[in-house]
Amino acid sequence: MSSVQFVFDNKTYHGNNGEPLSAALLRNHIKVVTESSYLFRPRGVFGLGYEEPNALVQIDSGSGEPMVPSTKIELVDGLEVRSLAGVGDLPTRKDEARYDKKYKHVDVLIIGAGLSGLKALEKYSKNNKKVMVIDDQPSAGGFIGDLNQEIPKKLMNCLKLKNVVHLQRTTAIGLYDQNYVVAVERRTDHLNSKIDKNTARIRTWHIRAKEIVLATGAMQRVLVFPNNDRPGILLSHAAATYLDKYRVGTFKNAVVFTVDDYGYEDALRINKTGTKVKAIVDVRQNISKSLEQKIKKANIELILGSKIIDTKADFNGCLNTVVIKTETENREIDADLLAISGGWTPTVHLATFLNLKPIWDEKIQAFKMPNLPKGLTSTGWANGEFEKVENRTALYFGELNLNQDEISFVDLQRDATLRDLKRAVGAGLSSIEHIKRYTTIGTAHDQGKTSGTTTMGLLSALINKKPYEVGTLTFRPPYVTFPFSAFAGRELGILTDPIRTTPIHDEHLKNNAPMEDVGQWKRPWYFPLEKENMHEAVLRECKAARNDVAIMDASTLGKIDIQGPDAAIFLDRIYTNMFSNLKIGASRYGLMCGVDGMVFDDGVTTRLSENRFLMTTTTSGAAKVLDWLEEWLQTEWPNLNVFCTSVTEHWATIALVGPKSRNLIKKLAPELDVTNENFAFMDNKYAKVAGIPSRIARISFSGELAYEINIESWYAKELWKEIFKQGKEFNLTSYGTETMHVLRAEKGFVIVGQETDGTQTPQDLGMDWIVSKKKDFIGKRSFRRSDTAKTDRHHLVGLLPIDKTKLLPEGAYIVIKDTFKNKSKNSHIGYVTSSYTSDVLQRTFALAMVANGRNKMGQIIEVPIGNDLIQAEIVDSVFYDKENRHRDG
Amino acid sequence: MLLINCPWCGSRDETEFHYGSQAHIGYPENPENLTDQQWAEYIFFRDNPKGWFAERWFHSAGCRKWFNIWRNTLTHEFGPSYKPFTKQPSRPK
Repeated sequence: MSSVQFVFDNKTYHGNNGEPLSAALLRNHIKVVTESSYLFRPRGVFGLGYEEPNALVQIDSGSGEPMVPSTKIELVDGLEVRSLAGVGDLPTRKDEARYDKKYKHVDVLIIGAGLSGLKALEKYSKNNKKVMVIDDQPSAGGFIGDLNQEIPKKLMNCLKLKNVVHLQRTTAIGLYDQNYVVAVERRTDHLNSKIDKNTARIRTWHIRAKEIVLATGAMQRVLVFPNNDRPGILLSHAAATYLDKYRVGTFKNAVVFTVDDYGYEDALRINKTGTKVKAIVDVRQNISKSLEQKIKKANIELILGSKIIDTKADFNGCLNTVVIKTETENREIDADLLAISGGWTPTVHLATFLNLKPIWDEKIQAFKMPNLPKGLTSTGWANGEFEKVENRTALYFGELNLNQDEISFVDLQRDATLRDLKRAVGAGLSSIEHIKRYTTIGTAHDQGKTSGTTTMGLLSALINKKPYEVGTLTFRPPYVTFPFSAFAGRELGILTDPIRTTPIHDEHLKNNAPMEDVGQWKRPWYFPLEKENMHEAVLRECKAARNDVAIMDASTLGKIDIQGPDAAIFLDRIYTNMFSNLKIGASRYGLMCGVDGMVFDDGVTTRLSENRFLMTTTTSGAAKVLDWLEEWLQTEWPNLNVFCTSVTEHWATIALVGPKSRNLIKKLAPELDVTNENFAFMDNKYAKVAGIPSRIARISFSGELAYEINIESWYAKELWKEIFKQGKEFNLTSYGTETMHVLRAEKGFVIVGQETDGTQTPQDLGMDWIVSKKKDFIGKRSFRRSDTAKTDRHHLVGLLPIDKTKLLPEGAYIVIKDTFKNKSKNSHIGYVTSSYTSDVLQRTFALAMVANGRNKMGQIIEVPIGNDLIQAEIVDSVFYDKENRHRDG
Repeated sequence: MLLINCPWCGSRDETEFHYGSQAHIGYPENPENLTDQQWAEYIFFRDNPKGWFAERWFHSAGCRKWFNIWRNTLTHEFGPSYKPFTKQPSRPK
């Protein structure tokens, strides 16, 4: 092993390449790694793996990462870390590393490459099955590896078989239905402390397996006694491994506190390394003669039937004395290491993610793997199959009756103590799930990996129940924490979500238009001239549309090509109004409802030929409407011969709006007869516009004379530029979505999704005129339901603030006049849906949904905003050109 | 993420599908003849069994076809899937 340099809290140290950072910290005598989160007590390395509750660090080198257990960081040259007390920092610099995802289907997935996992591998890899083995440690071997013992070659060789995919440093973080596993593989951090831009730092694996073998091993438990949190108190397996395998030295004198035979094995290992084990304290009264002999031979004092009741610390807060209560006396032993063996708990987390309950096993005094469904098995320690021990593990959860000033920690990371647990029970709680939330035990970064079973044990003792009656805590994925960037993979920045732009988009950018997000679409919001703010720009754009001519890119509207001999019948059923009587070449506005009679979408549909219609939908409703059409065709009316295709992006639409639009279109398309007689409202004509074949429609969403030019998308940008050139003499003005909204609101045209939220009927919107009495259509029957037929439902109305300059906020509540201040009940009668300042009205105005609003015309209502009450008059929802005189220019 | 067996495409990831609620709820022959109660049953009321349930799913990011499939609401296990207007396979055990 080569020596490398690393930095901890701004000081440089040396360690062995590849060893756990926790081992290097211990060898460098950094016993105090951090302070605890709430009580600020010194804390040091406690465990060996992901169970570590104390020694978390912030990694500053490479990509940086907050709250990483030092036990799971492999030492590399240049590693920089610092201590943290309970709270990490998200790195603020941009992470230059790459993250990736992979999908894998295998016959068998083995989780854990310890002895049991490898034995399973030997069995499953035989028949040329596709097998995958994942393990979260740097190398295979698990517990045996910790003991520094060799795994049989025969087993290790199986990892190299052609039909086996073998990944180390890969942690299964979730197990889901149908044997679906998500695992994260750390691929570069152990190679270099700097970012390797060419290799994915973390790869997230999505694995589907016909069979899964859980060989996840077990974790050692804490023992609860006063001051059980001092640096120098470690889980015995961790302590023995640091001293024996990693040769950290560090400790001179040790005491082992145990409830099982594993503590003895660890004591012997520790004693071998030169750290003197002065005593083994066992809560059990008797142990087998052979074990006793072994301990005697190693010259270790054995103190049976005793327990540790306190510890003392030096001026650094590190352990220096252990207080033992034997049957006859209280004794103190000087020790800088206290290795505790509280029994082993099978690592059952993954199985419990499937909502399976772990089973209490009397023999091992622990919860073990639940009964597993088909395709899922467990083996080895995870299954509670521990090596045969001579003496039964004691179920010991500490001294329950404490003196007032004694603190026994149950969950080290949360600083949650036995006293907290007793207080929770005293408050009347007995459910483990309630206790967890009351005490926060098991809710820290380590998710109670070491403290879970102890908590259940203590609780069972406190409420006089058996552990299996108390049950286990609910574990939830992910099993360990890992960076969000691993989930994101490559879906970052521009790849986060598709961005849809119209073919004219570049021109809008050139004209400095800020963009509005409409679903995935980018639409120009307004086109500010120099120094103009949004308000000024919108008023200018509105004025141009009402007085001269203005131009808008309407290409984002959803377009669905509907073809087939039954297309007209189909539309009659989908829309509330008739389409089968529409003339070829004509357009009609249509409204569609759900079966509940609530408005679902709207748009103009044009009959292109006898059996072909072009439907337009709202920009954000396009996909939803296509789904809707296909659902009815496939699941209700398969006998209708109709086909629907989305053509949103095939066609671009440019709207010329305003009284002078006729002059402009005449100039652009000289062959077109633009008289009202020959090209009436809602008619379509084919002509070349600036030389480009177009379909021109007389559709207006502003109330003004307007021509919508529909061309193939390829031509849209050129046409837009050409129109601008030729429109100069008309002072052609471009406008965006905001002006579009103001113009339509002045005319009282609703926007589905703004005036509506799925609870409005056409009648609520004052659109009774569009509901056919002659035919059935989706939702029609619902209009007769008692609730929808009520005449005092919320109606669409207009609002005119009494103060012409006051703008009502959209979404604001409307209350009955003079009721708000005295807090009378039922004063709330509606809400504002749209609100703007109008150039043509020279004032503010709004649309609103008001209870029984149509019958309250002229009434004054109030809108409370902060401490202000804005008064407004209820008026008709059409503010401008009620007689539609402007429609024809 | 579940694997769902589309009868046209085979097994695909759940993210490709849209859920379509209980299967075999037909649009009433003549809605105008229904009482409010009957019409409400059609619009609002669906079974909510613990166990096997015949459902509609839409392979929206795939072949864009609707189909029916048995699913166990308790175990999330899928039974056989079948195309609309074809014979319903018997309830899995």
